[in-house]
Amino acid sequence: MALLDYFRQRKSNSASIAKERLQILVAHDRRVGGPSYLPQLERDLLKVIRKYVAVDNDAVSVSVEHDGRQEILELNIVLPD
Amino acid sequence: MARIIVVTSGKGGVGKTTTSAAFAMGLAERGFKTVVIDFDVGLRNLDLIMGCERRVVYDFVNVISGEANVGQALIKDKRNPNLFILPASQTRDKEALTVEGVGKVLDELSAEFEFIICDSPAGIEKGATLAMYYADDAIVVTNPEVSSVRDSDRMIGILSSKSRRAEQNLDGIREFLLVTRYSPERVQRGEMLALEDVQEILSLDLIGVIPESPSVLNSSNAGVPVILDRESNAGQAYNDMVARYLGEDLPHRFLKAEKKGLLGRLFGG
Ligand SMILES: Nc1ncnc2c1ncn2[C@@H]1O[C@H](COP(=O)(O)OP(=O)(O)OP(=O)(O)O)[C@@H](O)[C@H]1O
Ligand SMILES: [Mg+2]
Repeated sequence: MALLDYFRQRKSNSASIAKERLQILVAHDRRVGGPSYLPQLERDLLKVIRKYVAVDNDAVSVSVEHDGRQEILELNIVLPD
Repeated sequence: MARIIVVTSGKGGVGKTTTSAAFAMGLAERGFKTVVIDFDVGLRNLDLIMGCERRVVYDFVNVISGEANVGQALIKDKRNPNLFILPASQTRDKEALTVEGVGKVLDELSAEFEFIICDSPAGIEKGATLAMYYADDAIVVTNPEVSSVRDSDRMIGILSSKSRRAEQNLDGIREFLLVTRYSPERVQRGEMLALEDVQEILSLDLIGVIPESPSVLNSSNAGVPVILDRESNAGQAYNDMVARYLGEDLPHRFLKAEKKGLLGRLFGG
């Protein structure tokens, strides 16, 4: 059975990489046309988070989502592995 | 008054024309008077997928520029009396389309038809923005792949800002996600974005999932909308999508990889 499991579980994981990249990308795309304070908010948040965790330069992204008539401020933080 | 539905995506080649043809035929089969318009001026394809390419006399641009009237340009489907096709021009370019011109044609069609399906060209240029401008509903066609998902997200932004409904402060366009060319086997192997991932990123109501299927190519070879291939998974999935659009609550199908035997598992990856 061990051999069979080996073959079955050898998943490439490119889909999860794709998802992660997309989440960041889409959040950045959505910023275009959003409130002008978003980039500064991102930089400020990055500073605060860095007091606690050593995250990458592009680890923080903030975007505005429209859900019907509501606006939602969405914050994405990618933690280091 | 007709309901106007745009089939859009941003990215090219994801299945808009395949979807427009199937959706229009599905609505016609349920008894609704339906017209499907090719907005891909300069690169018309819908007539081929519908199998009426040899019956094109006048086109959408001829009607806009007053060289023909709508009645002369409409092609009646040979299989279903409820279905008509308005082909695009092959020789002109998208500049021939104008907001007023398109509006006038849609108005005229609105008096005759219950559903108007607009097959959008790829991109975010004039043809695509005009195809969506007058829409009441939008089907956002997306493949489970990074560039398609990203472009769909762009399109969703444009739908909510650059349409007649947005400009006149009416209720927004109703937007639905249609995932096409979905391959459960590849998702299971971790090679393809899963349905849930695409939904999570785009957060739209899911109206259907069309599996990757050889019957789509076979049908387009023959000039038959794939929804008429009742044996095929893709045809059945399109049929479900039409039913959901009309308000039926159906579970999504063809989401799981088909079970393989031992050898398939060992060698099929
Ligand atoms: N579910 C599917 N399974 C397999 N092939 C598919 C499927 N859907 C579409 N295709 C194929 O993908 C190609 C593009 O399809 P189609 O012309 O409908 O896309 P499109 O979005 O209209 O393209 P364009 O942006 O150029 O107008 C065609 O070759 C079609 O046969
Ligand atoms: Mg097309």
